[in-house]
Amino acid sequence: MSDTNLISETAIPEPVAITDELIAEHGLSDDEYKHLLEIIGREPSSTELGIFSVMWSEHCSYKSSRYHLKKLPVDGPQVIQGPGENAGVVDLGDGQAAVFKMESHNHPSYIEPFQGAATGVGGIMRDVFTMGARPVANLNALRFGEPDHAKTSHLVNGVVAGIAAYGNCMGVPTVGGETNFDKRYNQNILVNAMCIGLADTDKIFYSAAKGVGLPVVYVGSKTGRDGIHGATMASAEFDEQTDEKRPTVQVGDPFTEKLLLEACLELMSSDAIIAIQDMGAAGLTSSSVEMADKGGVGFTMNLDKVPQRERGMTAYEMMLSESQERMLMVLKPGSEPAAKAIFDKWDLDFAVIGETTNTGRLIVHHKGVIEANLPVATLADSAPEYQRPFVKTPEAPQVAPSDIPASEDVLGTLKTLMSGPHLCSRRWIYEQYDHMVMGDTVQRPGGDAAVVRVHGTNKGLASATDVTPRYCYADPYEGGKQAVVETWRNITAVGAKPLAITNCLNFGNPTREEIMGQFVGCLEGMGDACRALDYPIVSGNVSLYNETNGIGIPPTPAIGGIGLIDDIATQATVALQDEGDVLIVVGETNGHVGQSLYQELQTGEFNGAPPAVDLEVERKHGDAIRTLITEGRLKAVHDTSDGGLLVTVAEMCLAGKIGAQLSDISGNIPAGSFWFGEDQGRYVISIAASDSEALLADLAAKGIAAYQIGIATGKEISIAGDGSLPLEQLSEEFEAYLPNLLA
Amino acid sequence: MRSSVIVFPASNCDRDASVALEDITGTKPTMVWHAESTVPDCDLILLPGGFSFGDYLRSGAMAAQSPIMKDVIAKAKSGVPVLGICNGFQVLVESELLPGALMRNRDIKFLCKDVQLKVERNDTIFTSKYDAGEIITIPIAHHDGNYFASEDKLKQLEDEGRVAFRYVNEIGEATPEANPNGSQNNIAGIYSKSMKVLGLMPHPERLISNELGGTDGRGLFESLVEALH
Repeated sequence: MSDTNLISETAIPEPVAITDELIAEHGLSDDEYKHLLEIIGREPSSTELGIFSVMWSEHCSYKSSRYHLKKLPVDGPQVIQGPGENAGVVDLGDGQAAVFKMESHNHPSYIEPFQGAATGVGGIMRDVFTMGARPVANLNALRFGEPDHAKTSHLVNGVVAGIAAYGNCMGVPTVGGETNFDKRYNQNILVNAMCIGLADTDKIFYSAAKGVGLPVVYVGSKTGRDGIHGATMASAEFDEQTDEKRPTVQVGDPFTEKLLLEACLELMSSDAIIAIQDMGAAGLTSSSVEMADKGGVGFTMNLDKVPQRERGMTAYEMMLSESQERMLMVLKPGSEPAAKAIFDKWDLDFAVIGETTNTGRLIVHHKGVIEANLPVATLADSAPEYQRPFVKTPEAPQVAPSDIPASEDVLGTLKTLMSGPHLCSRRWIYEQYDHMVMGDTVQRPGGDAAVVRVHGTNKGLASATDVTPRYCYADPYEGGKQAVVETWRNITAVGAKPLAITNCLNFGNPTREEIMGQFVGCLEGMGDACRALDYPIVSGNVSLYNETNGIGIPPTPAIGGIGLIDDIATQATVALQDEGDVLIVVGETNGHVGQSLYQELQTGEFNGAPPAVDLEVERKHGDAIRTLITEGRLKAVHDTSDGGLLVTVAEMCLAGKIGAQLSDISGNIPAGSFWFGEDQGRYVISIAASDSEALLADLAAKGIAAYQIGIATGKEISIAGDGSLPLEQLSEEFEAYLPNLLA
Repeated sequence: MRSSVIVFPASNCDRDASVALEDITGTKPTMVWHAESTVPDCDLILLPGGFSFGDYLRSGAMAAQSPIMKDVIAKAKSGVPVLGICNGFQVLVESELLPGALMRNRDIKFLCKDVQLKVERNDTIFTSKYDAGEIITIPIAHHDGNYFASEDKLKQLEDEGRVAFRYVNEIGEATPEANPNGSQNNIAGIYSKSMKVLGLMPHPERLISNELGGTDGRGLFESLVEALH
């Protein structure tokens, strides 16, 4: 670089006095430290030790998970970019692409729920617009502890307000997601944020800094001391001292991020950018190493040039800071003045802090001293990879309907389930999110999948997040399959063709063999489901060590799926439409009670094997439903999941404000197990009475089980021989639970 | 009809407003950056929703000090119609083009949902396409929409017929339950004395087609087209 005050690049930084304590504080094992010494052939400086510690943290290196992640299917004709970039990219046709990813912010959100959740949302949006996409939809998958736990209300209030504050200010609609309550998350909540953006396929930006002598440019907010060691924190368990970690949580500034979004997109409309990467976990360290490594170059940086919020920051602090709303770019030489003018207009810092070199080394100068001098490729690729030992989760026994006490009042059970934490209305949450800004939300929260119109077209982008952690805990393989399949079903149920998924793999401590067994099992199930449905994984994130004092969360591989509707005029919703329409269940109902909400209600616990997923049946049923929607034959569609058949029907009634008169077709299955069992592969559809016989015949011809279960009518839900439940009463209790709990 | 949309840093309904104006008036509006000193000659100035300057100070307070606001105020006083939606309403109040203040919602939370509004009168340039007393559905999306004015000011607004829209229930009653944010007299929008400046918290630009859930927002823009074409 042109600065004359830079000293020779062969200089070796001053080593730090290494103690066992210092190594442990940096989250490195003794073996990892020995490996570090072998790589650099000398003792590291404190900055270098810091750089290694974050690059080798579980959060950045995926050292426990990489071996297994490699086995997941990531390809397909629709995939433009799979895992490995800031986000995945999928072709939408007509020269447009969806750019999307989901990421966890679990540890910070437990410590400081508002800021933890807010910066999680900010981070995932940066991942998306870094690639040249304008974010068009946000979703989130949230898990909290049991409703009456002392901290739950505080955590839910903080997390929801934090997501709202960030997304609403950015002007990106938060259109969907899911929320669970379970005591196993009492000490470790999960906050997974997903963002989807739209880009032109010929204007997608990547992080590979190809070329030597190019300016390395820092833009966005100034660097402060916040978030130092955030990545390391996210790679360890919690204990009694967790509250002391509050200072490692970053503070979000959505206003600055909105400016950064507009400035980046404005600059991206020119051809100035060669590579760009957001500064997320491990900040300047991770962004510079990844950009240099992918471009096959070295980076020389002068930290004196980094815009700083605080005085007296050391190189160590600047390299490890996780201050938010920052980006690192490599520009075409000569484009700096025009680029700077854009960032000046948006009142954002713009600083040339270094250049790309042919040395293959990351060289960090600060105050006339070389603080780090490390080989880029080795730093990026040498992270340990562990094939951690695991034990397979023992097979859970099947539970027969006769094993649990039968409900004697099916409609009373329905009311109890729907006015409780698992199935009650999520309105209290989604009304705090602006879900309509951008003027393209054509299916708002509350249905199977959210749908946003592809701006300026009649196409719709459908999205949903799902996982059923209790299924994964009982049988990781079936649970992993089910998580993928449920997003696929939800996307199918609005009439969209499912395209691809992203995921957040939230698990406990991977050094425990049973946790690693859950991880391996879930990934096998996910992989099989993705392959069977041509539904690849294009991005994602792994969050391990979700444990406190040795007690882990249930395995929670949250899946975020997207799909495409060719014409939103043909989309389906869950709302019943007209009196007299016929209700049909597609798929076999066998009364599977193991791990069902009904089982918990009747026995006080979840037990046994979860419902099995038959991937061939799923595909056959889903493809048939989608075709019927596209043909315009169906008037309402809802996939059957938590709570089973009767809950599905009730949700359709509430959405359409029309009741249902149901027949008793439970046969030899006890009524409660029939109506609340959680067998997979099912949808409830409504259709004009004049077409119902033809439809049943068409489905039968395809070998698909389908049964008429009743008609849409009146203002109550009734089952032949079992009384009735007024919709108004159900609606009141359905809506009341969360406001009462959280107010 | 030529319109200008003022864009502040972190305005975020500027595009939505532009889409609605182009759809309904047939002409794309001019987008005017807040740092400019003059608004181009036009028939309507629109201040859009969003979080100008992050709303880190009182909502709209920073934007009210933007360079462009001098000319917006001058043009408003010379009779150019001004429409402020949501954050735009907050800016109009902070610039004293409209009286009162918009405080934090009664329940402290941001709220995004469809609400019912009563169109108080239909003899203004903003409402001629509605019936007087008509109940329309328009979404709100705000944290600070709780309208407050001194007793005298409130009486003056009511006496002069300057309440534009009120939050009501399905049968048109301005009940506490129908009031989403605690606004005095269920006020959702007000006019200036000249009746040429309108500020409202709900977002008419969000309900302009059936795909989006309704068309009740169109009437406001269609009224402007009729008055200002």
